Amino acid sequence: MAIGRPAESIAEIPTAESTAARWFRIVRQFCRQRPLGAIGAVIVLINLVVAVGANVMAPYDPLATDYGAMLAAPNRAHWLGTDAFGRDVLSRLLYGSRTAMLVGFACAFWGATVGAVIGVASAYFAGKVDLIVQRVMDIFLAFPLIILALAIVSIFGTGIGNVILAITIPMIPRAALVARSSALAIREMPYIDAARAAGFRHKRIILRHMLPNVMASYLIMLTAYLGQAILLEASLSFLGLGVAEPTAAWGLMLRGAAVQFAESAPWMAIFPGLAISLAVFAFNLFGDSLRDALDPRLRTQ
Amino acid sequence: MGKYIVKRVLLMVPTLLGVAVLIFFLMRVVPGDIVELRFAGESAFAQKENLDKERVRLGLDQPLLTQFIRWMSGIVQFDFGTSMWTGAPIIEEIKLRFTLSMQLAIMATIVAVVLAIPLGVLAAIKQDTWIDYTVRIFSIAGLATPSFWLGIVFILLLLIVFKWLPPMVYTPFWVSPVQNLAQLIWPALAVGYRYSAVATRMTRSAMLEVLREDYIRTARAKGLWQNLILSRHALKNAMLPVLTVIALEFAFLMGGLVVTEQVFNLNGLGMLFVESVAHRDYTLTQALVMLVAFMFIFVNFLVDLAYAWLDPRIRFR
Repeated sequence: MAIGRPAESIAEIPTAESTAARWFRIVRQFCRQRPLGAIGAVIVLINLVVAVGANVMAPYDPLATDYGAMLAAPNRAHWLGTDAFGRDVLSRLLYGSRTAMLVGFACAFWGATVGAVIGVASAYFAGKVDLIVQRVMDIFLAFPLIILALAIVSIFGTGIGNVILAITIPMIPRAALVARSSALAIREMPYIDAARAAGFRHKRIILRHMLPNVMASYLIMLTAYLGQAILLEASLSFLGLGVAEPTAAWGLMLRGAAVQFAESAPWMAIFPGLAISLAVFAFNLFGDSLRDALDPRLRTQ
Repeated sequence: MGKYIVKRVLLMVPTLLGVAVLIFFLMRVVPGDIVELRFAGESAFAQKENLDKERVRLGLDQPLLTQFIRWMSGIVQFDFGTSMWTGAPIIEEIKLRFTLSMQLAIMATIVAVVLAIPLGVLAAIKQDTWIDYTVRIFSIAGLATPSFWLGIVFILLLLIVFKWLPPMVYTPFWVSPVQNLAQLIWPALAVGYRYSAVATRMTRSAMLEVLREDYIRTARAKGLWQNLILSRHALKNAMLPVLTVIALEFAFLMGGLVVTEQVFNLNGLGMLFVESVAHRDYTLTQALVMLVAFMFIFVNFLVDLAYAWLDPRIRFR
């Protein structure tokens, strides 16, 4: 049919570009417009590669002690020196990124997701539900993050799973607050009324119609929490209330001997801190640019 | 305005009560109690009857609800009880640490303000130039660097470069200001850097927003000096969100410096909190949490008041 053809080809125009090509274009645009964000993203990617491939890249077993080479300064065999047990600092750093990434992604994902669902649901139901949820969130928000995390760790004990729980719980109310304020505007949109009029269940409206529309603030929260979670994990581990020895974790590497022998063996205290800073820096750099790109209010013309 | 204040004060009560319930039960869920911990070292005395006797003395044998009501009725009369671990009145335990934490928080705030406001304004005026990029990288790095590690680096640098170690024992300011400042300036700088990063970013974005307003254009159009526009028109209007983050950060500093205090061997509120949780010192932990939460809620309240005072529309929402 002659008339059908142009209509079809018009419909085809947006899909002419394959998904891969579209992503490639978006990535290229992001790199050009936000070089700082692109640098951040590259460091994050390197960090992830290191975390996944730590067992291939690390020159030594991160747990292997070598009492012949205790507190050795950086040399050709141990590029970043060894710690008080003769463990290779570089290998422990590489394996430590595994712990940091695991904790970072798990906490940020669960914190932002559970928080977003609670926040959006609270905005959607409004009225009494909203009021009660808000008051409960206020209670959690009155605790500094680290204080609540410390209390939770003392209940469940140390270890990586409990640390993730202890960091995630204080993040949830913070995420809920942000998600709720973006969802308040969405609730008034005609398509939500339409969905309600169509007789959809609450669950479906919240999950299918409202949540996707707070995606921008969700992604911003996710990247911001990644860095925060890594910092908190390092703090908890440094206090001895986080990941337990002998697991390789950056905060743990700064603890005890690193401070005790800081003057004679400064590499023990310097490198893990640099690793933490660099990882969090990269997440923040990327997250900041992402926020600028996603938040139309902050977009510069 | 009066009605608004009353409403906001009344809203604080359920939140504080909620905090009290939460921390009371959280503490009781923590495995092991103070009596077991105290007798742990002396197995000879750790017979059940001795433990029970001690529990009776501390009132831990009572039903939870009774304990909670007793604690609450004390608080209402400003009686926080005594520390279960040391037996000293809690007010005394906290008072010592409070001065230190307060002084450190004030010093860190000064560091933060002195850095943040000029840098933030500069970055906003020179948006998208290398100055802006430098300030942004500096402040993002501030958010990324753990304060406690920065503290370790400071101590290391002082040791290696100047062969000098800051005093590790706290001297009150009125006893010896020099000794006192020589110790506290380092943690204040370490914490202040992160703190200034938060404030710099807020100053920058608030300034950017204000600089786009019509009245700034008007001021420019009538030929006002750039400096006058910035100080009189822009900065004044951009200050409110900056003051908000500074105030909230200050409240956080009072109880949240758990790790930095550890590095500098400071006996502040954060260190006291870690110790009291480790000892399962219920009364002290509860009092500390209530204090920190109260300060945070109170600062929030002040911020809300400031907004309501400056923007009358808020009062009627």
